[in-house]
Amino acid sequence: MEQTLFYIMATVIVIATIFAISEKHPVHAIVYLVTSFFALAVVFYLLAAPLIAMFEVIIYAGAVMVLFMFVIMMLDQGSPEDAERPPLMHYLPALVLTGITLVSLVLLLTNRSPVAAAAVAPRLVSVKEFAITLFNQYGVAIEIISMQLLFAIVGVLYLGRRRKP
Amino acid sequence: MFDPIDIAITLGKILLVFMVIMTMAAYLVLAERKLLGYIQDRIGPNRVGPFGIWQPLADAIKLFTKEDFKPAGADKWLFYLAPAMAAIPAIMIFAVIPFGAPLTLFGRQVTMQVSDLNVGLLLFVAFSSIAVYGVALGGWASNSKYALLGSIRGLAQLISYEISMGLSLVPVVMLARSFQLSEIVGAQEGCWFIVYQPLAFIIFMISILAECKRVPFDIPEAEGEIVAGYHTEYSGMRFSLFFVGEYINIVVLGGLAATFFLGGWHGPFLPPVLWFFIKVLAVAFLFIWIRGTLPRMRYDQLMMFCWKVLTPLALLNILATAWFILLKG
Repeated sequence: MEQTLFYIMATVIVIATIFAISEKHPVHAIVYLVTSFFALAVVFYLLAAPLIAMFEVIIYAGAVMVLFMFVIMMLDQGSPEDAERPPLMHYLPALVLTGITLVSLVLLLTNRSPVAAAAVAPRLVSVKEFAITLFNQYGVAIEIISMQLLFAIVGVLYLGRRRKP
Repeated sequence: MFDPIDIAITLGKILLVFMVIMTMAAYLVLAERKLLGYIQDRIGPNRVGPFGIWQPLADAIKLFTKEDFKPAGADKWLFYLAPAMAAIPAIMIFAVIPFGAPLTLFGRQVTMQVSDLNVGLLLFVAFSSIAVYGVALGGWASNSKYALLGSIRGLAQLISYEISMGLSLVPVVMLARSFQLSEIVGAQEGCWFIVYQPLAFIIFMISILAECKRVPFDIPEAEGEIVAGYHTEYSGMRFSLFFVGEYINIVVLGGLAATFFLGGWHGPFLPPVLWFFIKVLAVAFLFIWIRGTLPRMRYDQLMMFCWKVLTPLALLNILATAWFILLKG
């Protein structure tokens, strides 16, 4: 059951992401990307990580993409359907990087012994356990990240301040 | 691996919840029209059946038989998809709401909840942030200035009030020490959280009022300014999906307000399911009453109120609750 669901969701993710990249219309691309995030959340849930699944939906599908859409909807896009696709040469760096990632992934998967695979078998982690680990073991990292977000907020406030006429 | 009886029970619960929500949403429309009528010194619908109780049925037949219309230049697929995107997340949230005490039937424990997720509260936040897409895409795909204006207003409003709503729920999680809705209800067995957290309750109520785009926060569909906002171009069943979606939202958010602050299904004398219904209907009545009483806010007032009043208050409330819990030990 879990495995079947995983393969269905994996197919959805791959197809939706391909459409998100190849779609010329930015709003359609966003809808495809949100679909892919949703499927990814289900995969996280199947891997016994419900908290990460919810964060995926709240942050990526619910916040980041909504902000993207807010900006895109207000732009005058002309007619994106008539736009030309970039020449193949522009895809080259992306293709090379994807190739490297894929090859290393396959190498990793083929070289891994079954013992190591059993060691990382998924286990349901409660929210409490997750929080204790996050704030005890990685407390400093959390503080640094929140400081960075604070810098970003201050920067936005500075850029968006009302200038004197 | 999977017990067929468990699956059957779950499917049964899904069907029951779906039917009850749809019926409640349909009759909320009637209740709203009746109550608004009385508030405005009118009688309200009273022609179809005794006291107009078959009015929702008549409305449904009318909406089903209307022409399904698509404006020229509209984005076909998104235009057709958007109403579903607005209504479905609202129904799905109800899956995590416990609506009664667990029953024991034929020696089998049956929880009165479709799915008791340990991240139930986060699921609610996630789906309410997904509901934004229906409003935004519906207005954008209609290829109409009024609809686009409505959907941009709706987007800004929903994103902003999501924040104050999420922050007002943090003290609830701190008190219950869980994201699981059944445990949040369990923690309120002795005393409802509204007693400990009156401020959080008020912030939550104002935020959910804005989340279901009701008066005084109905600027995305303000009929005096932008025709009907994001659903201007919709007709027939697609319009009614947006419309009924709003009432489903009221039922679901009423259920959540009951779960988070009003003790869920806990209550003396009456059976738990009945208590839950009473609380949901009380919240719905409050919403209708507010609609009949308050004028619409202006766009800048709305944003100012969220970012400069509700959000800082919610943050202060979290801080105060944290100190209280820390000192109490």
